[in-house]
Amino acid sequence: MGIQGLILCHFCGFFLMTFPSRFRGGLTRRRFVTGIGAGGLLAVLPRTSQAFSSTAVPIRASSGIIPPTPSDRWDLKVGHTRISLDGKTMHAPTVGGTVPGPILRFKQGDTVSINVTNTLDEPTSIHWHGIRTPANMDGVPGLSFGGIAPGETFTYRFKLHQSGTYWYHSHSGMQEAMGLYGAMVIDPRRPDPNACDRDYVIFLAEWTDVMPHDIVSNLKMQDDYYVFRQRTAASFPKEAREAGSAGAALADRLAWSKMRMAATDIADVSGAIYTYTLNGHAPEMNWNGLFRPGEKVRLRFINGSTMTFFDIRIPGLEMLVVQADGNDIEPVPVDEFRIGVAETYDVIVQPKDERAYAIFAQSEDRTGYARGTLAPREGMIAPLPPMDPRPVRTMVDMGMGNMKPGESMKDMDMSGDMSGMKMKGMDMSHMAMPKMEVDDPGPPPINVENQMRAMMPIDRTGSPGDGLENNGRRVLNYKQLRATRPGADLRPPTREIILHLTGNMERYIWGFNGRKFSESGPIRLKLGERVRFTLINDTMMEHPIHLHGLWSELENGQGDYRPYKHTIISQPGSKLSYLVTADTPGMWAYHCHLMYHMDLGMFRTVIVA
Amino acid sequence: MKHALSLTVLALAALSGTARAAQPVYHAADAPEATPVVYIGGIKPAMDQGTWLHGIFNQLEGRYAPGGTDFRWDGEAWFGGDYNKIWLKSEGTLEKGRLSDGDHELLYTRSISSYWNLQGGVRMDLDDGPTRTWGAFGVQGLALYEFEFEATAYVSDRGRFAARVEGSYDFLLTNRLILQPQAEFNFYTKSDTGRQAGAGLSDVDAGLRLRYELWRKFAPYVAVTYSGYLTQARRIARDQHDDTGSVRFSLGVRSWF
Repeated sequence: MGIQGLILCHFCGFFLMTFPSRFRGGLTRRRFVTGIGAGGLLAVLPRTSQAFSSTAVPIRASSGIIPPTPSDRWDLKVGHTRISLDGKTMHAPTVGGTVPGPILRFKQGDTVSINVTNTLDEPTSIHWHGIRTPANMDGVPGLSFGGIAPGETFTYRFKLHQSGTYWYHSHSGMQEAMGLYGAMVIDPRRPDPNACDRDYVIFLAEWTDVMPHDIVSNLKMQDDYYVFRQRTAASFPKEAREAGSAGAALADRLAWSKMRMAATDIADVSGAIYTYTLNGHAPEMNWNGLFRPGEKVRLRFINGSTMTFFDIRIPGLEMLVVQADGNDIEPVPVDEFRIGVAETYDVIVQPKDERAYAIFAQSEDRTGYARGTLAPREGMIAPLPPMDPRPVRTMVDMGMGNMKPGESMKDMDMSGDMSGMKMKGMDMSHMAMPKMEVDDPGPPPINVENQMRAMMPIDRTGSPGDGLENNGRRVLNYKQLRATRPGADLRPPTREIILHLTGNMERYIWGFNGRKFSESGPIRLKLGERVRFTLINDTMMEHPIHLHGLWSELENGQGDYRPYKHTIISQPGSKLSYLVTADTPGMWAYHCHLMYHMDLGMFRTVIVA
Repeated sequence: MKHALSLTVLALAALSGTARAAQPVYHAADAPEATPVVYIGGIKPAMDQGTWLHGIFNQLEGRYAPGGTDFRWDGEAWFGGDYNKIWLKSEGTLEKGRLSDGDHELLYTRSISSYWNLQGGVRMDLDDGPTRTWGAFGVQGLALYEFEFEATAYVSDRGRFAARVEGSYDFLLTNRLILQPQAEFNFYTKSDTGRQAGAGLSDVDAGLRLRYELWRKFAPYVAVTYSGYLTQARRIARDQHDDTGSVRFSLGVRSWF
């Protein structure tokens, strides 16, 4: 990664930012790029593939097309592949030579064997994200097993109790950030209520030629290294217009800078270096999914990115959300939805017209987008909508509840002692469950590793997220997720674990309860115990929190029909809870799925015994 | 009577007990444990104890004057983790082939709060003037309103004291065009004519720099800089027929790795 590369990246970013709709006029030139999206078509096939070798549909790794039949046996080869995309070349660790890796299709109830051979010169691993496996099959080096050494083959063997859309990725070092990931589809044992004429995986990710270690190093030196959309003198007139007066805009700015924070801090890593991909295709490669007008098309969205949340729309089509994190939900019709890192959503669309529709996935910070096209014929291009304005953080994100900007900021004091102030919501939960054992860490300390405290965290499960509120579209929120069947464990929790999500953006340190991983003990759960996890987000960013091995049942007001999730977005300044049945013994990873937050401390070991 | 009294005491104790129960007892589910978890193969699942190495030239500039252009640098480098770092600072001015204002510090740096670090170590005044050695102790960090600030106190091997205060602020005109006012002040308890230092506020070096971040790590700038002696030091410089202070037009590059 030389100086030239950086210039190039910045110019790419500049163009994306300046001309968000440059593809609108239609693109006549299709760019073909080697490696990604095309190579290794036959490198990875199920063992039983001979039976299908004559099939007309080639299993292209990033075609989004699911293999025609499930298999209970797969051979995966992890190796290095030189891949170029959007002018960015990386010697990436891959499964089967492509990014994303092959789509694996299984059948619920099968005991599957997956042989993973490591041809890298460093250890690797594959973690089955959201799959309930025994602890030794979960694929986290240090917790589940010792990793897969170079030259070794490890056989994962476990029974699939669940069905739906999932994904897999490396849990070794920064391999996932460089391309070691892919989709998994598990057919339900019973007839699928959401079976469609067409069925595509839509795998969203980022691509860059900047090494993960360099990204983290840059963030350590300058936390807004990749943010080129800050408030400036040039943007002041616009802010003054929006705020009503120059005085109000100035007061707001001063309040933020007094706190040494930036309202424009949306994503730590941006389109300045990332090319956002859809099934391994850069925007101008325009991934194509075919349909015949009137057909029902199922799109299995997976956010396999390192640091990016996406807001997804298909202009002209209503999306029926039918599954979240692999579990069926009561269908919700929406125009748009946000997908956090590591989440999955299945949606059904029914295009009636003989025309192309754009799948438009803009990054939350609006510095770029991934796109594809649903079309009746190969090679069609749908017009893209302009990108929305980037979100700006508010008092709500600061954990100040619904206070108005001017009045609350003055009262904020980040350095003072606030131990006497107790969060309203927390007290309520004590009252609601008087007999429950509560692990309450108390307000997190303001220290080297934590720069703020949410004074009045609120329930934000009814909000679609920053930048999506009141945008005139029907946008999915967590309260709308309702399982199609009641939970498997209806016992009330006997214990509550309160965790504060904390961090110091300035020093780029992340953690829980004001501590990073290396300074904390494990979270111990008794086998069979029913636990409520309550997350209070004291940071200004969203964190997708992922618990390995056990379901996280989001308490979103749907009672016994609460949705089962493996990854839950905790919105800034919010408080939410979910229930966990600790029914599988072992050591499990528990972390923020923003990879650089995880690696810099927002990680805990959960021990079920 | 005695019985009733003990009952009252008991009741009071019970009351205070319930009062205490109403106060939540804090306990973190992830509290540190005495015995660390044994990970398979000794592999830690998150690597949050990394060390990093960075260096920056805040100033690397030519200060133009008709009689000859001065060259000045002011930079620092650090290596370490979230709490402990080794910090190197260096600055100096080359004027007419003579190196002055050469100040080099090697400091241990400890993070003490969200935005502040303590620094302690040695300072060497090393240039074409007489060499001085100081012990250094100070604070460095990000003050309210995002002011970069550092203040260091020094004690020399000759038992003298000195202090330095430095601050800067970044005004974003656009996301790449940044205006940075910066100033550094030096104080001494006793004069040191060999180094043109006067008792009290001795000298100031300030600049108003307008940089353009071509990319983050490389930003050329134009600047107006001022370097001059004050109070007693001004008299010392005048006596030595030296420049007592001048405003210069400057060109430079801010860069880091």
